[in-house]
Amino acid sequence: MSIVVARVDDRLVHGQVVIGWGRPLELNRIVLVDAEVAASDFERDLYRMAVPAGIEVEFLRPAEAPARLAVLGGGPDRVLVLTGTVAGMTWLARASDQIRAVNLGGIHAGPGRREYLRYVYLTPDELADLRSLEAGGVRVTAQDLPTSAPVSLESLAS
Amino acid sequence: MTAPLRGVVVCHGELATALVRSVEEITGIRDALVPVSNSGCDRGQLEERIVAAVGNTPAVVFVDMPSGSCLLAAVRRLAGAPGARVVTGVNLAMLLEFVFDRTLTPDQAAERAVATGGKAISSR
Repeated sequence: MSIVVARVDDRLVHGQVVIGWGRPLELNRIVLVDAEVAASDFERDLYRMAVPAGIEVEFLRPAEAPARLAVLGGGPDRVLVLTGTVAGMTWLARASDQIRAVNLGGIHAGPGRREYLRYVYLTPDELADLRSLEAGGVRVTAQDLPTSAPVSLESLAS
Repeated sequence: MTAPLRGVVVCHGELATALVRSVEEITGIRDALVPVSNSGCDRGQLEERIVAAVGNTPAVVFVDMPSGSCLLAAVRRLAGAPGARVVTGVNLAMLLEFVFDRTLTPDQAAERAVATGGKAISSR
């Protein structure tokens, strides 16, 4: 499977993604699924700055992503798929059979959110979405970096 | 009278605080630099931390890496602002130079920081 990681990270493309995950997993493509970024030349240029040589980055609107992931899923690239929100990843995982596991990598404090881990804060709706995904066969774990132990959704929310 | 330049140091983890403390220990100048960490915040919160640190003062924002969340947040909010410049690859040498001459424009100070910081990197 060439979709190596499907990550929720509200910082989108940043050091943990391109270095922390990119190097050990030998990623060569990041697919950022975000309507706002995909629609903005400025935002796309900004995120291109964050990606080192050797990693391609592409920007997709949510509606474009399932078809593109189907192509990438059968290709040679080692791909990290990224959304900035749980809602975005939940939608994507339901729309694409290429997303078989979801990594909660960075969801920070905000209104209505409760802390589950230092880097994972969720609203009740987000937690319900993730439970629903897992009930549908998509494995959900929290893990900020490959060197830290993954935390299952069950133990996270218990 | 124009306000003296402010330096805002934006880094991953605790690096900015360590750099600012080191400058203060070496120079005794304690009002020139403001540290900002990206720890524990999302994109929007980091941008707000940077904007609050810059305030309404002409500033140079020193960022640790030429990519990553610190740079993206600084550039997103300050790109094109006449009173602010962003410099990447912050090191102690450029900060020491900066705090001793805060009468420059942000453009001049940024240019000097790049030159000083670059010269500080060598192999012997």
